[in-house]
Amino acid sequence: MATLLAIPILGILLILQTAIFSDLMLLHGTADLVLVAVTAWALQKQVETAWQWGIIGGLLVTIASALPLGVALIAYPVVVGIAILLRQRVWQVPVLAMFVSTIIGTFVLHAISLVALRLVGSPLPILESLELITLPSILLNLLVAIPAFVIFSDLADWLYPQEIEV
Amino acid sequence: MKRLPTRTLQTIVLVLFVVGAILLALGGFLTPVSSLVMGPVVDAQTWLATRYQAIVNYFNAPQDLARLRQTNQELETEVARLEAEIIRLNQQLSETRMLSALVDFARAQPENRYLAAAVIGRDPSPFLQYVIINRGSDDGLRRGMPVVTDRGLVGRISRVTASAASIQLITDPSTSINVRLEPSRAQAVLQGTLTGEVSLEQIPQSATVQPGDLLLTSGLGGNYPSNIVIGQVTGVRSRDIDLFQSASVQPTVDFDQLEIVLVITNFSPIDSSPLVPTPQSP
Repeated sequence: MATLLAIPILGILLILQTAIFSDLMLLHGTADLVLVAVTAWALQKQVETAWQWGIIGGLLVTIASALPLGVALIAYPVVVGIAILLRQRVWQVPVLAMFVSTIIGTFVLHAISLVALRLVGSPLPILESLELITLPSILLNLLVAIPAFVIFSDLADWLYPQEIEV
Repeated sequence: MKRLPTRTLQTIVLVLFVVGAILLALGGFLTPVSSLVMGPVVDAQTWLATRYQAIVNYFNAPQDLARLRQTNQELETEVARLEAEIIRLNQQLSETRMLSALVDFARAQPENRYLAAAVIGRDPSPFLQYVIINRGSDDGLRRGMPVVTDRGLVGRISRVTASAASIQLITDPSTSINVRLEPSRAQAVLQGTLTGEVSLEQIPQSATVQPGDLLLTSGLGGNYPSNIVIGQVTGVRSRDIDLFQSASVQPTVDFDQLEIVLVITNFSPIDSSPLVPTPQSP
């Protein structure tokens, strides 16, 4: 159920991103709703389907994006892995983990994208990319991170109700 | 002589007085008198009528207020409906103008067949300058088909699904297009950049290039038809120590406002890669 739910949720987020959020640029950076969503989902302690969400998110972005094949499929599960790692390390302050995961996740996704584009013969200037795309994207992702974390926290509580001892 | 009775005499005097007064009034001789008399009467009546109307309004006010509120609400609803209608009509007008311009453009190029498509999204990756359109292989689109608007070249189709396609814009960093400068007819290469701008590279040093020169596709390489407008040169960078000149370019198409594009469906790109000599070839 939780895995299947990833398809409509991430699908809707991807549609929103391609139709609206890709136009809302800060310098040349844009918010990545799918990345923020899989990160927020992976940080929920009761969630057991974070990897599946990462793979589904990667698949959907692969379909929609012209990035070299495999970039999103590799990057999103890696971001999930980072989030799970941080959840275990910084479990007492989930919001802090969300911020750190978003920053590292955006860096990782952009680094993998830049390497892949370089490999397919389209090298981009790294410093310029960092300045004009990655850093603004991190800022936009951080703006979306808190509402996303709250929404996915509620979703996780709904899907994985906690047992109450009587 | 018989004397008239006193009563009859009074009546006659009264009649004569009334007739005289009427005649004087008709002749306008009584106007000052009537003004003098009627002034206080009118003032009194005005005072009375005003107070009476105020009392009537006081008792009728709640009823009128409810009616006015209802009327106001109806009018506000009507205003909102009309405003929505104006917005819809403005959108239709804008779309009609755009389509009209595209139709004019298509008529001016009878050698090409066009298919109109709406831009429905942009690539989720900020590193790429791609847009998504709502036409795909079901509509006859194929990879490599050039995409234009009435203003000029937009890009070419890079990926196609059954009902959608992805267009690589000429501003994409990996774009490289052979172009011709007018009026010098010099050949050069247009390249996209990370920031969504385009620059002109590999302009021969011998070519005379000036701001304002027009850029057209040259058709070399077989990826684009020739003579499609791309933009204008805005600045030239030329140094004696360089092999080539370079220039900055202002595209004629506003890529932030892309809504409807035309795909040239009767153009097939030529794959010239087998003809390009490789180090292993004899």
